[in-house]
Amino acid sequence: MPVPFAADSAAEAVSVTGWGRTAPSSAQVLRPGSYEEAVRAVRECGGRGTIARGLGRAYGDAAQNAGGAVLDMTGLDRIHEIDAVNGLVVCDAGVSLHRLMQVLLPLGWFVPVSPGTRYVTVGGAIGADIHGKNHHVSGSFCRHVRAIELLTGDGETRLVTPEDEPDLFWATAGGMGLTGIVLAATVELMPVETSMMTVDTERATDLDDLMARLTAEDHRYRYSVAWIDLLARGAKTGRAVLTRGDHAPLDALPPRLRDEPLAFRPGRLPAAPRFLPDGLLGRRSVGLFNEFWYRKAPREQRGRLQRLSSFFHPLDGLPEWNRIYGRGGFVQYQFVVGHGEEEALRRIVRRIGSRRCPSFLAVLKRFGDADPGWLSFPVPGWTLALDIPAAMPGLAAFLDELDDEVAAAGGRVYLAKDARLRPDVLARMYPRLDAFRDLRTRYDPRGAITSDLARRLGV
Amino acid sequence: MKDAFGAPQSLLILGGTSEIGLATARRLITRRTRTVFLAGRPSEGLESAAESLRSIGAQVHTVAFDALDPGSHETALGKVFAEGDVDMVLLAFGVLGDQARDEQEPLAAVQVAQVNYTGAVSASLVCAAALQAQGHGSLVVLSSVAGERARRVNFIYGSSKAGLDAFCQGLADAMHGSGVHVMTVRPGFVHTRMTAGLPPAPLAATPDEVATAIELGLRRRSGTIWVPGALRVVMAGIRHLPRPLFRRLPV
Ligand SMILES: Cc1cc2nc3c(=O)[nH]c(=O)nc-3n(C[C@H](O)[C@H](O)[C@H](O)COP(=O)(O)OP(=O)(O)OC[C@H]3O[C@@H](n4cnc5c(N)ncnc54)[C@H](O)[C@@H]3O)c2cc1C
Ligand SMILES: NC(=O)c1ccc[n+]([C@@H]2O[C@H](COP(=O)([O-])OP(=O)(O)OC[C@H]3O[C@@H](n4cnc5c(N)ncnc54)[C@H](OP(=O)(O)O)[C@@H]3O)[C@@H](O)[C@H]2O)c1
Repeated sequence: MPVPFAADSAAEAVSVTGWGRTAPSSAQVLRPGSYEEAVRAVRECGGRGTIARGLGRAYGDAAQNAGGAVLDMTGLDRIHEIDAVNGLVVCDAGVSLHRLMQVLLPLGWFVPVSPGTRYVTVGGAIGADIHGKNHHVSGSFCRHVRAIELLTGDGETRLVTPEDEPDLFWATAGGMGLTGIVLAATVELMPVETSMMTVDTERATDLDDLMARLTAEDHRYRYSVAWIDLLARGAKTGRAVLTRGDHAPLDALPPRLRDEPLAFRPGRLPAAPRFLPDGLLGRRSVGLFNEFWYRKAPREQRGRLQRLSSFFHPLDGLPEWNRIYGRGGFVQYQFVVGHGEEEALRRIVRRIGSRRCPSFLAVLKRFGDADPGWLSFPVPGWTLALDIPAAMPGLAAFLDELDDEVAAAGGRVYLAKDARLRPDVLARMYPRLDAFRDLRTRYDPRGAITSDLARRLGV
Repeated sequence: MKDAFGAPQSLLILGGTSEIGLATARRLITRRTRTVFLAGRPSEGLESAAESLRSIGAQVHTVAFDALDPGSHETALGKVFAEGDVDMVLLAFGVLGDQARDEQEPLAAVQVAQVNYTGAVSASLVCAAALQAQGHGSLVVLSSVAGERARRVNFIYGSSKAGLDAFCQGLADAMHGSGVHVMTVRPGFVHTRMTAGLPPAPLAATPDEVATAIELGLRRRSGTIWVPGALRVVMAGIRHLPRPLFRRLPV
C-alpha cells in the first residue's frame, strides 16, 4: 500500500480496511517522510479530511477515511534518542513496537505495555491507549508516555505533556487519532535483565474457578491473561488456561543462555496463503482445536522459561493470519464490565456458548485501575475479547444484544476492535464523549481530522 | 458509514413508493438505517410511504425525482448527497408496461425503455459519481430475471431490464477498487402492485424476501444476487434451452 508522498498530485485512491477486513472504503494514502510533509498534508487536506494510520492492526474502521486522505505514518520511523540510564526513548510515531524491542532489549529495556502483537506503531499504541497483560499492574500505554508531538487539525504542531496540557493529552490517549496526528513521543521504558519470561500455567475448570484464581493471585504476577474456550458448555462453561509470569531474572536462565541473556529471537512462519476457502473455521474445526488446546495445557506448571515473543505475541509467528477468515472477514468483540458485574459476564459467556459462535480461544483478563484517557477503554473489572467470522448468520443482531448487556452493566466495548457499534450506545459507554467532541472542535475548527469510525459513530 | 456487516446508516431510494424498495427500507431500519431519502414523483403515495417509515423510527425526507426527466437528475440527486454521506442507493423505479398495448403504440413502448433503461442509466451514473467522491457506499439496482432471456409475453420490459443489467455489470467493474459496491438484484416474480392481477410464476417471492436477500448481499458484498437464490440455477438452464422449446414453455 505505501505510496510516495504526494499531497499536491492527485494520488490514486486505494481501498483500505482494518485488520478484520470488513467494510472497505477508498482513500488517498499519503506517506509523509518528514514532519513538514505531514503538516502540509493536514493543512492542504480536502473537505473529507485526513486520519493517521499506523500498521493497520485496529480491527475496524478507525484508520480509514472514505473519500479523503489516510496518512500512512510508517514512513516516519526514526528513533531519535535513547536514554539507556533512565530508560526513556524519543521516537517517531511510525516506529513499531517490534522495532523498539529489537533496539531496546539488548540495552536491557522493554516497552512498558505490549499488546498481543508487536506489529503496532507507537502512534497506534497512543491512539488506542493500548493495554497489555500487565494492565492490573502498569495501566495502559499512555500512562508511560511523557510527551507527544501532536499535529492538530488547525495545522499547528504542539508539544503536549500530561502536566502542561492535560486535556489535550488525555483526549489524545485513546482518542483514536481524532485529536490530531502524533508525530513523535517520549516513552518511559521498563528495565529487564533477560529476554526470557518465567511462566506459570494452570487450568481453570469453569468460569467461576477462573475468576476466583485471577482475583486471588493476579497481584503476584506482572503479566496475567487467560485463554478461554467459549465453545465449552454446561459444567465446562468458561474453562480456561491461565498463563501468568514475569521477565526472568538473569539467575533463572540456564548457563547456555546466560552469554546472551538479552537476545531477541522471535520466530516467524510463512504467511497464510492468499486465497482460502470461506468457512474454513466452522464450529467443528474450531471446537476441536479448542478442545485439543485445553487438553494439551498442563494442569499446573510453575516457572517454565519461555521466549518473550511466544509469551506476548504467539500470533505474530504467522504473518497475515487474518486471511484465514476468508473473504467475508471477521470482527473482534472486546468488552469490559466492572467488578461487581460478574453476573453480567457469566450471562454473556453463557450466551456466546449457546450461540455456538465459532470462536477460537478468546481472551479474558482482569483490568486494574481505570486510565485517565477520556476515551480509554480499560475500567477496573473483566475484559473479554473474541474473534468471530463476520459471515456467521445472525451475528450483527446478536452483538447488538451483547452491547445492551454490556452497557446496562456499566461496561463498554473497545473502539480499536470495533466495526459495528451503534452511535447511541457509544454515548452510554463513554461518558466523556461530549467533552471529547468539544475539544475536537476547539483544536480542529475545519474538521480536518476525521475517520470512517468517527463518521459511523458520530464522534 | 456501513458497518462490518454492510448495514447502511443512510439510504436513498429512487422510486420511493416501490413496494420492494419500502420493504428493504423497513428491513434496514431494524438494523442501522436512521436516515432515508425517498425520491419519486410527488404524490400522496410518496408522502404516506415517508410517514410509514417515520412511524418505525427513521428520519425520512422526500425528494422530487422523475426517471423520465434525466436532465434534472444531477440537480435533484445532488441535493441529497449535499446533505451528507449516503451509504446506500437503491434503484427501485421501473414500469412493467402493457405488452399488448405497447406493441401497438411504439411511443408507449419507448416510455418503458426510457424509465427502465435510460432513466436508470442517468440516475445510476449520477449516484455512482457521488458515491465515488465520498469513497464508499453501495448502489443496489433492481434488475429482473425478465432481462435474462426475452419472453414473448413481456419482451419490451425484458429488453429494457436486459440493457439495465448489462449496464450494471459494466458499472460494477468500473467501480471496482473505488470503494463503491454495485450490486445487481435479479428477482423473479414478486407479489407487488406491479404484478397484481398477473398469474404468479413458479418461485414467486414477496417483497420481504427480496429485502432479506439484499441485506445478505450487502453483508457479502455480492455483485449479483437472484431472488429466490434457486433462480440462478433455473435461469442458467433456461438460458440455454433451444428456442423452439423455450417458445412453448408455459411461463
Ligand atoms: C493480533 C492482535 C492483538 C492485539 N492485542 C491487543 C492488546 O492486547 N491490547 C490492545 O490494547 N490492543 C490490541 N490490539 C489492537 C492494537 O493494539 C491497536 O488497534 C493499535 O492501535 C494498532 O496500532 P497500529 O499502529 O496498527 O494502528 P492503526 O490500526 O493503523 O490505527 C489505530 C488507531 O490509532 C490511530 N493512530 C495510528 N497512528 C497514529 C498517529 N501517528 N497519530 C495519531 N493517531 C494514530 C489511528 O488513527 C487509529 O484510530 C491487537 C491487535 C491485533 C491485530
Ligand atoms: N414485482 C416484480 O415482480 C418485480 C420483479 C423483478 C424486478 N422488479 C423490479 O423491481 C423494481 C420495483 O418494483 P416493485 O415491484 O416494487 O413495483 P412498484 O411498487 O410498482 O414500484 C415501482 C416504482 O417505480 C416508480 N416509478 C415509475 N415510473 C417512474 C418515473 N417515471 N419516475 C420515478 N419513479 C417512477 C413508481 O413510482 P410512482 O409511485 O410514482 O408510480 C414506484 O415507486 C422495479 O424496477 C421492477 O421492475 C419487480
